[in-house]
Formats: sequence, structure tokens, C-alpha cells
Amino acid sequence: MVEPVLEIRDLRKNFGALKVTDGVNLDLRPGEIHALIGPNGAGKSTLIHQISGSIRQDSGTIRFLGQDMAGLGMAARASLGLGRSFQISSLAPEFSALRNVMLAVQARQGPSFRFFRPVMADKSLTDPAMAMLERVGLAARSNLPAAELSHGERRQLEIAIALALGSKAFLFDEPMAGMGPEGSRSLTKFLGGLRREAPILLVEHDMDAVFALADRISVLVYGRIIASGKVDDIRNDPEVRRAYLGEAA
Amino acid sequence: MAAREPTVNTLLALLLMAVPLVALAIGEPFYITLATRIAILALAAVGLNIALGLGGLVSFGHAAFFGLGGYVAAILATHAFNGEPLFLGIPGTTSMPVIWFVAIAICALIALPIGAISLRTAGVYFIMITLAFAQMIYYFAISWPAYGGEDGLSLYVRNSLPLVNTAKPLPFFLVCYALLMLALALFWLIRGSRFGAALQAARQNATRLSAVGIAPFNINLAAFVMSAMMTGLAGALFADLNRFASPSMLSWHMSGELIVLIILGGKGRLFGPVAGAMLYVFFEYALGGITERWQFFLGLILLGVVLFARGGLLGLLAGKVQHG
Ligand SMILES: Nc1ncnc2c1ncn2[C@@H]1O[C@H](COP(=O)(O)OP(=O)(O)O)[C@@H](O)[C@H]1O
Ligand SMILES: [Mg+2]
Repeated sequence: MVEPVLEIRDLRKNFGALKVTDGVNLDLRPGEIHALIGPNGAGKSTLIHQISGSIRQDSGTIRFLGQDMAGLGMAARASLGLGRSFQISSLAPEFSALRNVMLAVQARQGPSFRFFRPVMADKSLTDPAMAMLERVGLAARSNLPAAELSHGERRQLEIAIALALGSKAFLFDEPMAGMGPEGSRSLTKFLGGLRREAPILLVEHDMDAVFALADRISVLVYGRIIASGKVDDIRNDPEVRRAYLGEAA
Repeated sequence: MAAREPTVNTLLALLLMAVPLVALAIGEPFYITLATRIAILALAAVGLNIALGLGGLVSFGHAAFFGLGGYVAAILATHAFNGEPLFLGIPGTTSMPVIWFVAIAICALIALPIGAISLRTAGVYFIMITLAFAQMIYYFAISWPAYGGEDGLSLYVRNSLPLVNTAKPLPFFLVCYALLMLALALFWLIRGSRFGAALQAARQNATRLSAVGIAPFNINLAAFVMSAMMTGLAGALFADLNRFASPSMLSWHMSGELIVLIILGGKGRLFGPVAGAMLYVFFEYALGGITERWQFFLGLILLGVVLFARGGLLGLLAGKVQHG
């Protein structure tokens, strides 16, 4: 079997008495979209936070490209190639869309302790950043401050940033949320192609998108993965229907 | 609209330059001293503006660096005069460039641990911990009789610079003015650079910066140290202006004054500290001549700025910040 890009073993995290992550095992293989679904409050975002390093797990291991992530902060994991988007967009609000992406380009090029050369005149930053905005369809909005973009556009911008990082795995937390049907459709198409660049762990509520995109699905309920497998197996799993899909239908 | 800020900046720079020339023409050298005071306070605030304006790091302890710079100038000069070595046989000096270098280096050395510890916290805790460090240095200075204790430390004559007669008001003003312009050029370069981009992103959203792989702590620490170095240089000049290093340079009032300058002028703006220092010294002088309670009126003005003109004087004159 191919080595997974991302490998999570027996991950546990409590918030007080709440077992928000309760013995999760999960992996992400090259070339795939692995969808993580589950009801609100199941602990999906908290799992993404632990993988990206913004929250520390209580126990268990996270391995990325074969390396144990223990002791590495968010910035270190990002520079190793873990690119993420946030459920609630997290951008530099005063900076233009372009400058938000340029930040990722500059991070990828090495340390930021360079004090003199103006970034706006640096084609090695602006050109790749613009190219990424073009890929996600935001080129026309490149000069707008992130704060003035629509919900959906902010989502696209976060994805452009993750692309600019040259990520080796993507963690996307509900990228479709707040997008109209048109936006969801075009993003679905885009993500479908993106898996060839790097595998995607996709948290998503939009079931049309999930069934259209996912190679595998895992279902998280109260911090536990109650089922994991191919799309059809999950669709027909009685426990999943009861715990999640039944409720959503 | 975007083009207005450079014009405003140029006018402010020319205005500050004009004051001593006019003062000389009308035979009122006192105004040269006032202009010098503006230039030095502005220089100190340009330093703080790196941390506070670009990085959003509200240091309430920058008096520590301002005072350290001042004491470096006074202590080195004292040893040069009495001929006693400092320690390990190192002699004192009255050479400004050497004093500047030492002041900047010492501020960097001291800002490094203060910043490394303070930056573990954020928000109001950061404000308090920087204040605490500065107060520690303040009490250390007033309890050290060898260097004047509570009385401060006088300089017999102004320190010297090759080819410049620093004892005369105008040449000394020009030295301070030139250093201010140099600091402004540095601030401008830093703000537009990769480092500046990361620093401003850290202020807007530290999580975003981490998510692209840049650790905000390292960026903020570097900014804090650079900021302290500039403010320290200003302190050395201030001691030379007054021929006196006073413990009040180290006190929390001074830290507050520097923050007030920046808020008056416009936080994060290139010429914010210059505009702020001009306003501040003007009020201090104009209102101070009328009433002892000028700081009360300054307080009112500050309140007005915070409530109605968030961008300070530069915000009023040049509009909102342009981020390119
Ligand atoms: N920092 C936190 N402290 C305490 N409880 C939290 C924290 N973050 C999330 N939770 C709780 O953990 C549970 C899972 O949240 P989350 O991971 O956001 O779920 P999901 O993304 O699946 O909707 C929720 O009950 C939420 O209230
Ligand atoms: Mg969530």
C-alpha cells in the first residue's frame, strides 16, 4: 500500500468533560479527497485545528509525510506543506487579496527577515500571487482589501493562499459554506482537479459536493469516527443514516 | 487621494526645517531648542511606531530604552571627563558616534530578553509587563548613587561630532534632524519590505501569519528590538540636548508621552510621530505658557482624537492608510 501523506493514530482531546476527539484514526492518501462529515459540534473543526497545530492534542500521534508533528507549531507545520482554510475565514483584513497571497509566496521563498526590498515591486512575489488568484477566479478582485470581499470570495482567497504555499496536503474546513449554488458548483469542479496536486481532507456539509468529490468518507459523531469507507458504503451504512444522513435528509 | 500623504509628509518635513531657520532670522534661538526637542521626540516615536504602529505591540515601557540611551550618553561623558575607566579599563568617551553606537547596542541587548518575555503575553498583559520592566530599570537608576541616583546625571558640555560644532543650537538641530530623516527612511523601507508585510500581518491576524508558515513571535521580537534601538538613539540625543540624563526619561510618564505622540499624529503612519511631536511640543509650549494645567487640555485633545479622528493628524490631512 502507498504511504499515507497524513496519518492520525488514536488522537484524543478533551475540553473539560467533553471528549471532543475520542480516539480518532484517519489517514489521507496521495491523490485522494477524503471527506470528513458529521453533525455540528462533532469535533471536525477541532480535529483540523489539531492537525494544523493551532490546538495541541492530549494524546495520540499525527504524522505528516512520515514525520511526527509533536512539538511543531502551526507555522512549522505550514512550512512543511500543510495548507489549510478556516471555517471562519482568517485573513489579514486590511491587506488586499493580492497581498494576502503574496504573504504565502514570500513564506515559501524562505525567511521573512528581509528589510529593504519593497514587496510591491518584487515580481517574484506579485506574479505567482496573481497567478494563484487567477486560478481561483479572484484576479479581478486582487486590489480589494480582504475585509471588503464577500464570504465566498474570502473562502476562495484562503484556497489561493493554500495553493501559493505549495501545500503537500490541504485541510479545508467547510470551503463551500456561505457560497451560492453557482459558487459551490465551480468550487466543486476546482477541488476535483486540485486532488492531483495534493490530497485534500475536506470537511463539508454540502452533501452534493461531498458525494461528487470524495474518494473516501469518514463520519465523525461526538468525537468518534463511526464509519469510514467508499462513498457508496457510507451512503448505505445504517448507523450513518441514523446518526447523520437520516437527520440531514 | 492616494497621492496626498507624500505631499503632507514633505510639508511637515519642511515645516520642521523652517522653524530653526526662522528662529535664527528673528534672533530667537530658543525656538531652535524647541525644534530640536520635536525632532528627538519624533525620532523616539518613529522607533516606537515600528512596534506599536506596524506590529500593534503597545509597549508601555519604551521609556526604558529612551532613558538607557540618555544614561549611556551621560555615563560615557562623565567617565571621559573624570578620566576613570568604566570597567575592565574601558575609557569613557565624548564622541557622539561612539555613544550612539553603544546606546543602540545596549538597547538591543536589553530589549531582546524584555521582548522575549513580554511577547509571551498579548493585549493588556503585554502593556503591563513592558511597564513593569521599565519601572524596574527606573528604580534601579534612582537607587544607584554612583550615577546621580534621583538627581540624574549632568553632562559638562555637549558631546562632540567630527566637523560639527555641536555646542551651537543650529548644527545640533541639523544632526538630530538628519538622524530623524534617516530613521524615517528606514521605517519606510521596513514597512514596504517582506519583514514589514509579515509584521503588519501579525498585527492584523497572527493566526493567518502562522498558517502561511511564518511564526509571529520571531517577527514581533525582531520588531520590538529594532524599535528599542531607534528609541535608544533618541534618548542619547535627548541627554545631549538637555546636557542632562534625568531619571524621568525612564519613568512611565515618558512611555505614555511617546504613545500619545503616535496617537496624536497617526498610528502606523510614516510621519505620524513627526506630526504628533510637533503638536505635543506646541501644546506643551503654547498651553504651558498660559496654564500650569496644560496636560489637562492635552488630555481633552487626545480624547477628541481618539473619539473623532482615529487616524490622528495624518488621518485628517492625508486620509486613510493605503496598503498598496
Ligand atoms: N476552545 C474550545 N473550548 C471548549 N469547547 C470547545 C472549544 N472549541 C470547540 N469546543 C466545543 O467542541 C465541540 C466541537 O466543536 P467543533 O470542533 O467546532 O465542531 P464541528 O466543527 O464538528 O462543528 C463543540 O461542542 C464546541 O462547543
Ligand atoms: Mg466546524
